[in-house]
Amino acid sequence: MSAFNAIGEEREIDRDEFTPGVEPQPTWCPGCGDFGVLKSLKQALPEVGKTPEEVLTVTGIGCSGKLNSYLDTYGFHTIHGRSLPVARAAKLANPELEVIAAGGDGDGYGIGGNHWIHTARENHDITYIVFNNEIFGLTKGQTSPTSPKGHKSKTQPSGSAKTPLRPLSMSLNAGASYVARTAAVNPNQAKEIIAEAIEHDGFAHVDFLTQCPTWNKDARQYVPYIDVQESDDYDFDVHDRREAAEMMYETEDVLKEGTVLTGRYYIDDDRPSYQQEKSAVGEMPDQPLAERYFDEDSEWERSYDLLDRHK
Amino acid sequence: MSDDELIWRVAGGSGDGIDSTSQNFAKALMRSGLDVFTHRHYPSRIRGGHTYVEIRAAAHEVQSRGDGYNFLLSLGDSFARNPQEEAYYGNEEIKPLSENLDELREGGIIVYDEGLVSEEDVEEINLEERAEENDWHVFPMDLRGLAKEHGREVMRNTAGVGVTAALLDMDLEHIEDLMSDAMGGDILEANLEILHEAYDMTNEEYEFEHDLRAPTGSHDTEQALLSGSNAIAYGAIDAGCRFIAGYPMTPWTDVFTILSQNFPDMGGISEQVEDEIAAAALALGASHAGAKAMSGSSGGGFALMSEPLGLAEMTETPLVLVESMRAGPSTGLPTKPEQGDLEFVLYTSQGDSSRVVFAPGTIEEAYEQTRLAFEIAWDYQIPVIVIYDQKLSGENKNVDVEFFDREPAPDLGSTLTEEELKEAAHDASGKFKRFNYEDAENNVAPRSLPGQKGGRYLATGNEHSPVGHIEEDPDNRVAQMTRRIEKLDTIRDELDEEHPSNQTYYGDDDADYGIITWGSSHGAVAEAVERLNEDGHSVKGVTVSDMMPFPEAEMTEFLESVDEAMVVEMNATAQFRGLIQKELGLFGEKMTSLLKYNGNPFEPAEVVEGYEVNLAEEDREPTAQVRIEPAAGD
Repeated sequence: MSAFNAIGEEREIDRDEFTPGVEPQPTWCPGCGDFGVLKSLKQALPEVGKTPEEVLTVTGIGCSGKLNSYLDTYGFHTIHGRSLPVARAAKLANPELEVIAAGGDGDGYGIGGNHWIHTARENHDITYIVFNNEIFGLTKGQTSPTSPKGHKSKTQPSGSAKTPLRPLSMSLNAGASYVARTAAVNPNQAKEIIAEAIEHDGFAHVDFLTQCPTWNKDARQYVPYIDVQESDDYDFDVHDRREAAEMMYETEDVLKEGTVLTGRYYIDDDRPSYQQEKSAVGEMPDQPLAERYFDEDSEWERSYDLLDRHK
Repeated sequence: MSDDELIWRVAGGSGDGIDSTSQNFAKALMRSGLDVFTHRHYPSRIRGGHTYVEIRAAAHEVQSRGDGYNFLLSLGDSFARNPQEEAYYGNEEIKPLSENLDELREGGIIVYDEGLVSEEDVEEINLEERAEENDWHVFPMDLRGLAKEHGREVMRNTAGVGVTAALLDMDLEHIEDLMSDAMGGDILEANLEILHEAYDMTNEEYEFEHDLRAPTGSHDTEQALLSGSNAIAYGAIDAGCRFIAGYPMTPWTDVFTILSQNFPDMGGISEQVEDEIAAAALALGASHAGAKAMSGSSGGGFALMSEPLGLAEMTETPLVLVESMRAGPSTGLPTKPEQGDLEFVLYTSQGDSSRVVFAPGTIEEAYEQTRLAFEIAWDYQIPVIVIYDQKLSGENKNVDVEFFDREPAPDLGSTLTEEELKEAAHDASGKFKRFNYEDAENNVAPRSLPGQKGGRYLATGNEHSPVGHIEEDPDNRVAQMTRRIEKLDTIRDELDEEHPSNQTYYGDDDADYGIITWGSSHGAVAEAVERLNEDGHSVKGVTVSDMMPFPEAEMTEFLESVDEAMVVEMNATAQFRGLIQKELGLFGEKMTSLLKYNGNPFEPAEVVEGYEVNLAEEDREPTAQVRIEPAAGD
């Protein structure tokens, strides 16, 4: 008998269940790409059979961090850049939970970059959505790790001298087993990719282009966009590391010139998730740890039985 | 300085096996019926550098390393540098002998390996002359030769133990038993041979003129030899902690290692992660999802935990962190103890802090207070920090085995079951009022866990409404903030009612001079107070463990009962005295401080001298590397 009966519940799920019945209403600016992420999650979650109470959405700080205020699941709105370590531990403590982490480009690729690299490296079975608007929105328009070179802002008045970070390539190299890019202006693809990412067993990283009409007016609205799987101009094997790497590199390059390429970039269904790796070396409990505290039959080991080595 | 005790110092190079040798010898002394206490000195160089371990053994209780020592087994440094390095470091081989002489008591014994250090080197350090002056008894033995003859060179430790046993007239039985537990086959055979050969040779070669012998004693109950780090780890295990995340840093690494090694067999999870921000954030995430989780570090790593710590306070997520202090600031003295992180641990992270901080003073308290830390953290949904230091972390002491014979306590405290959630308050949309300040008993609003039916809510580092939504309404702010802060008052009440033993009192109850200390300085201070009273002074002492919430009533009573008090702590700015003044708003003119920050813990004699200088208002400085900080107004 589980102590967590929201998990694995079989029933019809209405997407409206993911909308909070009482305030708050989203305070994102009109035309903000963040609405696109919220909408695609509300569509994808029922589609993959997840109920609000078996999902834990962990966010960082920034406009993106408000996601779990407007998505009615269990939520943890953490601190700047730290959604991933919180999320992956929740998944280890209760592997039956569906854990989704989210944050912005400053949050995930800047201040939280170290956690992103290591979470990808370890291939934790969580979904990571990065709201990439190539700018700091909540703090009013400073240059971010993905802002293009030459980007002018209050903190880079002469234009940024920095080359933007390559989120897809980085994630691939770090070890993510699912890497995709989608855009708020492409809702159907976004929903499909989010659903795939949730179902993927391993670290699924979705770089989600979210236009910022307030602080990044010069930037494109990410239209027109091209789906690399649909277009005849691109042909690569999404399961092949080298081909994926090349496609990512090109995608990151052409974005600077205004060509918006999106789609699935890398999928490795064979790589075991971190939890499986940890089980294989005998360091994961068979029973979810969170369940054990409610299990009245559980025999708790005690230090008294370890004392022989000290006598 | 008592004559009925042995303080045996084994010195050698890093890598000479000092640790295992001393551990086994300490156990042998414990099994023979003595109380033992060990002190480990660490070199501050990575490669080489010599080191020592001291074992103090007596038929009576021993609470500190004692003053000086009376038996030196100098193995010499077999890992001595290459010839080029000698220019920088001098002759390394002789250092375990030459650099340990200053603290050797009069009449003490010296055993050194003449198979390793040359006669000329020994002459150069004037050993003979110094021995005469101090009435030392010197026994050169070819430990290396003996080891090589019957086994391998690394076994010269065993030869040293054999010589020690002969000189102290100890029975070899316990030493043999411990060797048999640890090894087997040819290696055991060779070691046993070396042990006996060394024992016999010593008896044959020398006429003993020294008085020192191993004390004899007996225990009524079975004993176990444990370090402070063991005790903290075991307290966590018995509290049902099964998740730890960390990043290596001396000296915290010991607790992390012990739990990482034990958890796989206990259904626990250990995670070594990319940095300490992640470590604390993982513990927080695991706790949020329902595990009893902990993390920890030493000062530098704990600095990175400030933000997750604040998040735990704001989201009322139970969490236990341990902080193993070493001398700072910055990298400081990485392998030396200090009590310099108190203010840092009490207040770090933005905003008003709402956390509990315990500072155990002994091995037993390390266990008790870690257990208590989990109980309070999960009952009150508050982060609890156990602050200790390199000294308590590494020292070993014998503890009654029965002390650990108790029920585990994996209870999740104020966490609801799905059944209970049905009865709990929800908002109109069905969201659980996780932070409901209206019915909060003891200022605690019970929590749900992700995956439970009917429990969904938002946890956020922003100020929030009862269901967790970001909320800036002033009334809500005041209600939530007040409730979180006032938990500390409730916890204080509980501690006063149920755990008055967190403070330890000793000495003469009627004295009008008080000595106050905290944490791991306890042992040296308690012994000093005992000695002062034996010598005709009248002194009472208290060791405080509750740093936050502060034991106001107890400390007021103590300070009111004395005319003067001396606060003893291992830091340069009298942090604990400052805390007492801050918390009580009084007594500044009564308290002087005895401070030590040279990287070594207090010895009882230094506290005694500090008292003498202080009380007599003698116009002299203490001889030890300590500092006296006058009372306010002086």
